[in-house]
Amino acid sequence: MNLLILRRKLFDVVMIALSLGATAFTLFWLAWILWTTITQGASALRLTIFTQMTPPPGSDGGLLNAFFGSFMMVLLGVVVATPIGVLAAIYLAEYKRGTRVAAVIGFVNDILLSAPSIVIGLFIYELLVLPFGHFSGYAGGVALAMIMLPIVVRSSAVALELVPPETREAALALGLPRWKVTLSVIARAARPGIITGLLLGVARISGETAPLLFTALNNQYWNANLGAPMANIPVVIFQYAMSPYDNWHALAWAGAFIVMLFVLMLGIVTRVVFRQGARA
Amino acid sequence: MALAVLIILGATGFSMFWGGRLAFQTFGLHFIVSADWDAVAHQFGALIPIYGTLVTAAISLIIGVPASFGIAFTLTETAPRWLRQPLSVAVELLASIPSIIYGMWGLFVFAPFMASVVEPWLNDHLANTPILSTLFTGPPIGIGMLTAGIILGIMIIPFISSVMWTVFNAVPPQLKESAIALGATRSEVMMKVTLPYTRNAVVGAIFLGLGRALGETMAVTFVLGNAHEFAKSLLMPGNSIAAVIANEFTEADSPIYTSSLIALGFLLFVVTFIVLAIARLFLYRLGRIEGARA
Repeated sequence: MNLLILRRKLFDVVMIALSLGATAFTLFWLAWILWTTITQGASALRLTIFTQMTPPPGSDGGLLNAFFGSFMMVLLGVVVATPIGVLAAIYLAEYKRGTRVAAVIGFVNDILLSAPSIVIGLFIYELLVLPFGHFSGYAGGVALAMIMLPIVVRSSAVALELVPPETREAALALGLPRWKVTLSVIARAARPGIITGLLLGVARISGETAPLLFTALNNQYWNANLGAPMANIPVVIFQYAMSPYDNWHALAWAGAFIVMLFVLMLGIVTRVVFRQGARA
Repeated sequence: MALAVLIILGATGFSMFWGGRLAFQTFGLHFIVSADWDAVAHQFGALIPIYGTLVTAAISLIIGVPASFGIAFTLTETAPRWLRQPLSVAVELLASIPSIIYGMWGLFVFAPFMASVVEPWLNDHLANTPILSTLFTGPPIGIGMLTAGIILGIMIIPFISSVMWTVFNAVPPQLKESAIALGATRSEVMMKVTLPYTRNAVVGAIFLGLGRALGETMAVTFVLGNAHEFAKSLLMPGNSIAAVIANEFTEADSPIYTSSLIALGFLLFVVTFIVLAIARLFLYRLGRIEGARA
């Protein structure tokens, strides 16, 4: 009997210790990755990174054209994904809640949410690169929009469903038409949640590389034309990190550092917005 | 607009199939079982990338699943209450790091570490063990399937563990309290009450992680080595479907080459679709049970 108790206690202690170990193990990797990126990135930061173009091997330069390209394509992604995503969420949460259609679309949306981004890139290649015969910033932006769309749909739908039914009923009882209730009452109440989703989506797509590899490709030079291949931070990081040149490596680290900083800051902002939303 | 979501999925699958039709027509079923990858001779087979994808995903699950379970257990049962929020935020931080940064870190920091510390150690200690010696010995170059698998394992931890701790927290406290009142230890509560109660969701979470690991591109592209030879040792460079596409797509110079790469994409799409669908079905079943109860 005592032996049994001893064994059970031992099992308990071992399991708690192993679990703590697993947690420490994970945090250790997190710290290591963050530490590397911060030290390498900070030491590679120069003012010229924001003022000069991507250089040929061996000479100095910056990432200006890549930042600009990334900004344009993320912007295009947001502009395309936001209206479609929010409208789809309204349709699902307001007009088709609890129906089979909503269940199927929600299911498909959840699959898209974690679908491999490289497959999305291939799809856009087939859709927007092959028919036009050249890579373009538009294709890159649309590919990013496809990555962002399911995130927006999911988080907006959740936010809309969380609006208390009393709010909806009160507005309807005042005799407002359905569309007006949805737009000016429900959507407004769900706004913090919707914005959270948008920010999460932006954070996700600003670091996405795989879908841009063969949609926007890359560009050595300044290019403000979305119809042509466009430089962007993730692909530049990829190419420069894979190259044998030290100054390219430094630029890649600087780019990675800035992207990470941006993504983490968006995460913090999201948390703040979300907290306010929860309080309201 | 909502239909757009459905259309996108369908169109993705169809366009992959359409783009890959040349490869499927030319090579037939041979495409999946052939290990040839010769751009000059126009012979393409998907066996090596498929093998690499499965092996790295398996390694990642071996690392990711126990670690995630440990984190979820710590977060729901043993960690002090004030520590839970910061801990969960830290773990979720792992998910928000772009995969290209994992890749760079893997290439510049982790692969050299594997090459100089871990792999020589494996070579020294496992050389005479029958099965392990084939798997874990080889030239210590750092870049290879083991390295890629470990990085994937780290990457999928936040996805699996966040689902796990959410469902562990959703177990009705009465169930746990009854077990504790009967004298069960915290580990026994976890293994005999919480885990059976949330079994479906846990399986779903694991499949979710698997789906991620199969399709992850950038992180593995950096550290896999893009080798088209079959290697028994996990220390050898290999390839995965996503990495082949990322590495070679813009270099593909013949229609059959491009088509073969898209056909690979189609295979990846189908496989991840099935895996993720299974994941969602398991997760939904749990949601429905809870919904019915509430």
